[in-house]
Amino acid sequence: MPAATGPCPMDPGQMETTLQRLAADLVARVKPEEEVVLLGIRSRGLPLAERLATLLRATTGAQIPVGSLDITLYRDDLTEMVGSPIVRPTEIPFTLKERTVVLVDDVLYTGRTVRAALDALLDHGRPRRVMLLVMADRSGRELPIQADLAGLRVEIPPGHRVAVRVKEIDGEDGVSVEAC
Amino acid sequence: MTSERYVFPHKHLLGIEPLSPRDITALLDQAQAFEEVCERPSIKIVPALRKKLVVNLFFENSTRTRNSFEIAEKRLSAEIINFDADTSSLNKGETLVDTAMNLEAMHPDLIVMRHSAPGAHALLARHMKASIINAGDGSHEHPTQALLDAYTLRKKFGRLEGLRVAIVGDIRNSRVVRSNLWLLTRMGAKVTLVGPPTLVPQEMKATWPGIEINHDFDAVIPDQDAIMMLRAQFERGTGAYIPGQGEYSRFFQLNLARMKRAKPDVVVLHPGPINRGLEITSEVADGPNNLILDQVTNGVPVRMAVLYLLSHPHGEQVP
Repeated sequence: MPAATGPCPMDPGQMETTLQRLAADLVARVKPEEEVVLLGIRSRGLPLAERLATLLRATTGAQIPVGSLDITLYRDDLTEMVGSPIVRPTEIPFTLKERTVVLVDDVLYTGRTVRAALDALLDHGRPRRVMLLVMADRSGRELPIQADLAGLRVEIPPGHRVAVRVKEIDGEDGVSVEAC
Repeated sequence: MTSERYVFPHKHLLGIEPLSPRDITALLDQAQAFEEVCERPSIKIVPALRKKLVVNLFFENSTRTRNSFEIAEKRLSAEIINFDADTSSLNKGETLVDTAMNLEAMHPDLIVMRHSAPGAHALLARHMKASIINAGDGSHEHPTQALLDAYTLRKKFGRLEGLRVAIVGDIRNSRVVRSNLWLLTRMGAKVTLVGPPTLVPQEMKATWPGIEINHDFDAVIPDQDAIMMLRAQFERGTGAYIPGQGEYSRFFQLNLARMKRAKPDVVVLHPGPINRGLEITSEVADGPNNLILDQVTNGVPVRMAVLYLLSHPHGEQVP
């Protein structure tokens, strides 16, 4: 897994290679008897989860179910927000009971989104275990949460953001570090 | 997709009239997200209104609307107080404003109110910091009913624009019809009002110029995508406008004979409670074209959407 400091952009080709590696790493991390499902955290986690499922089908032949999770209603800052953020549908058309759930998101930063996602998915059932897969894992955690699999791990100071772009939403793939 | 963040701009839901097509679409889209919560096989509760206090303030009887709101509130994890007019100090001569001031002192976040006076909600909105949701005011508006009707139609047809909808019966005394007229005409549906001349005020065309009025139900039926039957409201004085229930049924009852004239996939709506054998026969009310219980089911996610979108402090406040 490449460790990086400072801006470390990824171009579309590198992102595709990274997804292939993440799919392979995921296969290596689960036991054959585990029933794996992917849950993409909206917005950008969902297309990433769908692409991982496609790659897994191509390499292993396994049909991995993909669901989507909208964590808006579980945010810890929901009551402080001005205006109600629009909630998009959560779609989990399969059971989570006794499954190995792989949460997929674009960036892991404070860990608060993942905390909310854990609350949200536990309302849908009790999985055997939950893993976290992210495209970019950056410094700045505010909760004791870590990624099991990460495409990129970067140390960047506050005041910067890691932007993961996916072609389904942004028109092109890529990762960049930007001042904000 | 993420560049522009839409914020529901209204603090209260006093009626459909102040809502833009975008606001209506936002409410219906939110209801779709909440329908998933209601249909979950596991836990049907989300923490969206945690620590928020909702007061259900009902000055008029209502079973289904109030139950529907209460279920919606519970599914959003709200704290709930039910305040019934007949158990309150109103019987001791307290005015509506006094009641409002007393409630205000307990800092509720949202108030769901049904009241027979059309101006009651606006009055309350002026005196309170809480968001006011109109759960029916006399014969003026019943916005959540119109929203759940629209949600039911949009779910069935995938759109509202261009849909032909006949609203049939006691148009004069119905608050449901007024909210539906605002909503359906704003979203581009083609509405025909049907009923005896005494129950369909011609002046409604002045408020909603795009609508049609027709007193011949049989002539209207074949073109319609949806037929919305209204309850003959004898407790609200329907009887004063028509010669008798038999006469009313002969011309305006939706029965199997009339259904034969309709498109095969026409849908039948009714806000309930239905008078079986009066404005609609049991064969039709329970028949394959009816979406009457779907309306009831859809009422919960629609009301969840309303409660949720009004539950946050707003940047810019529009009444």
